[in-house]
Amino acid sequence: MTTETLQAPAPRTPLQEFWHYFKGNKGAVTGLVFILIVCFMALFADIVAPHSPSDQARDALLLPPAWMDGGNWAYFLGTDDVGRDILSRIIHGARLSLSVGLVAVTASLMMGILMGLVAGYCKGVVDTIIMRIVDIMLAMPSLLLAIAIVAILGPSIVNAALAISIVSLPHYVRLTRAATMAEMSRDYVTSSRVIGASPLRLMFVCILPNCVAPLIVQATLGFSTAILDMAALGFLGLGAQPPTPEWGSMLADALQFVQRAWWVVTFPGLMILLTVLAFNLMGDGLRDALDPKLKQ
Amino acid sequence: MFQFIFRRLSLVIPTFIGITLLTFTLIRLIPGDPIEVMAGERGVSAERHAELSAQLGFDQPLYVQYFNYVSGVLQGDLGNSLVTKEPVLSEFLTLFPATIELAFCAAMFAIFIGLPAGIIAAVKRGTLFDHSVMTFSLTGYSMPIFWWALLLMLIFSVNLGWTPVSGRIDVVYWIDDVTGFMLIDSILSGEEGALSSAISHLILPSIVLGTIPMAVIARMTRSSMLEVLSEDYIRTARAKGIAPWRVIIIHALRNALIPVITVIGLQVGILLSGAILTETVFAWPGIGKWLIESIGRRDYPVVQGGILIVASIIIVVNLLVDVAYGIVNPRIRHSR
Repeated sequence: MTTETLQAPAPRTPLQEFWHYFKGNKGAVTGLVFILIVCFMALFADIVAPHSPSDQARDALLLPPAWMDGGNWAYFLGTDDVGRDILSRIIHGARLSLSVGLVAVTASLMMGILMGLVAGYCKGVVDTIIMRIVDIMLAMPSLLLAIAIVAILGPSIVNAALAISIVSLPHYVRLTRAATMAEMSRDYVTSSRVIGASPLRLMFVCILPNCVAPLIVQATLGFSTAILDMAALGFLGLGAQPPTPEWGSMLADALQFVQRAWWVVTFPGLMILLTVLAFNLMGDGLRDALDPKLKQ
Repeated sequence: MFQFIFRRLSLVIPTFIGITLLTFTLIRLIPGDPIEVMAGERGVSAERHAELSAQLGFDQPLYVQYFNYVSGVLQGDLGNSLVTKEPVLSEFLTLFPATIELAFCAAMFAIFIGLPAGIIAAVKRGTLFDHSVMTFSLTGYSMPIFWWALLLMLIFSVNLGWTPVSGRIDVVYWIDDVTGFMLIDSILSGEEGALSSAISHLILPSIVLGTIPMAVIARMTRSSMLEVLSEDYIRTARAKGIAPWRVIIIHALRNALIPVITVIGLQVGILLSGAILTETVFAWPGIGKWLIESIGRRDYPVVQGGILIVASIIIVVNLLVDVAYGIVNPRIRHSR
C-alpha cells in the first residue's frame, strides 16, 4: 500500500505575494510596462533616437509628422522651427526627465526619512520644530516655492531638481513620522529598547524597515510630481535651458507655433502626460498590493 | 468648541512668522542687485547706487530690514513695487479679482462635474461608466496643465475658432473697473455683447485650471461614497423600502460629503499655484502672472508681499476647513 503524501504549497515569499496582487491590476502593469519602455529609451537614447537631438536640418523646418502631407519618414513626428527631429528630442528628453525624477525623489526621500524618523522618535520640541517647518512648506503652493527657490539659485536643471526635492519633502516627513509613531508603541520596539539597542539602531534597523511600504508608494507618486513640476519649471523658462531637449522647455519654445504647427506642441506634452499617468497608475497598483487592509 | 478653535489658531501664528521669515530670506538670497536690475544695461554710478540703496533701505542690517518689513506687514503695508512704485497691496488688490474670478469658475467647473461623476461612479460601481470616470480622473490628475491649455487653445481657438486665445475681454470693449470682476463689470457697463465676450474668454482657462481639482473631487467622492454605501444604516434604509435615489442623495451623500468638503477646501492651494501656469498661457492679468513677472524683474517687495498674501490665504482657508470639519465631526474636535 502506498501512502500518498500531501504537501502544503510552499508559502509565498513577500515578493511573490506582492507580485501576485500587483499583476492583478491591469492598469498598474500597463504603467510598469510603459515606464520600462521609457527607461529603455532613456538608457539607450543614443542608439534608439534616429537623429541627434541638436542636429538642425536646415532643409526641413517645421516638417509635419510622417503620415501627413509633406511629411518625411526620416522625421517620424516631424521637426521643429530649426529643423530638429521631435522624436529624437523626446527620446533624449526622457533621459533628462527620468534622471531629474530619480535625483529629486532620492534626495527628498532621504531627507524626509531622516527628518520624519527624528521627529517621530524624539517627539517633544524637536518634533514640534520639524512639523512647524513642514507646515510652513505645505502652506506655500509647491510650484510657487519651487519657482522662488530656482529664482534664488538660478535657472538650471540641477537647481530645478533641488527645488523639486525640497518642495516634495513635507510628504515624506509626514508619512515617516506617522509610521514611526505607530511603530514606536509596538512591543518589538520596546523589547529592543529594553535589550539596550541604541536610538540610531532603533530608528534605522528596527523601525524604518516597517515603514517602507507607504514610502515606496509615495516615492512612485513623487516621480510623477517631479516630472510634472520639472516640465512646468522648464515651461516657465526656469528649468532646463535651450537647447537642452527637455519636455517642458520644448513646449515653451513651441508656444509661438501653436497656430501653424500642432505637432510641435502636441507630442512633448503627450509624452509628459503618458509618463506621469504611468507612474500614477503604478503607484495606485503598488498601494493596493502593499496595503494589507485591502488584501482580501 | 472655542478651545478647539483657539488651539488651531495658536498653531497658525508660528506658521505665519515662519512664512514672513521665509519670504524675506528667500528673496534676499537671489543673486543680482535690484538697483542694477532697475537701471538696466546703462548701469548706475556708485554714488547714485548708494543713494538709491539708502532710499530703499537696502543699506540697513538684515534684521532691521526684517523688523521693518514685519511691522509694516502688521499695519497692512507691504512696501512699494520697485518697478511701478505702487504699493504692493494695492497692486495685489487690483489684480486679485481676476484670479478670484478665474479660480471661482474653475472651482465651479470642478465641483459641478466632479461631484456628480463621483457619485454616479460609486453607485454604478464596476460598470463602464465607473471605469471611464476613474480613467478620465486619473488622466486629469496627471495632466500637465500648461500643455492642456495649449491643446485646448489649439483645438477650440485655432482650429474651430469658438473661443478667443487670450485676455479677459475683447479689445473692442472698454469696461470701467468697478468691482474688478469682469463678469459683473461687463453687465454694469451695459455694452451689448460685453458679457458674452467676457464669458467666452473665461471658458478655456476655467476648464484648464479646474481639471486637476475636478479629478481629485471625483476620485474622493467615489471612494467616500463607496465606503458609506457599504454601511449598515444604508442597508437598513434600503430594507425599509425607501426609494433608491432617496437613499443615495439623503442618507448616503450627506455623510460621504464630509471628507469631500475637506478636499474641496484643500484645492485652494492647487488653484492658486495652477493659476501661475494658466494665467501665463492665457495672458490672464491676475496675481500668478504678476508674481512670475516680478521674480524675473527682481522686484523684492512684490515677490515678498505676493507670496506672503497667497500663503496667508491658504493658511486661513485651511484653518476654516479644519474648524468646519471640527464642527461637522465631533470626533476630530475632541481628539488630542
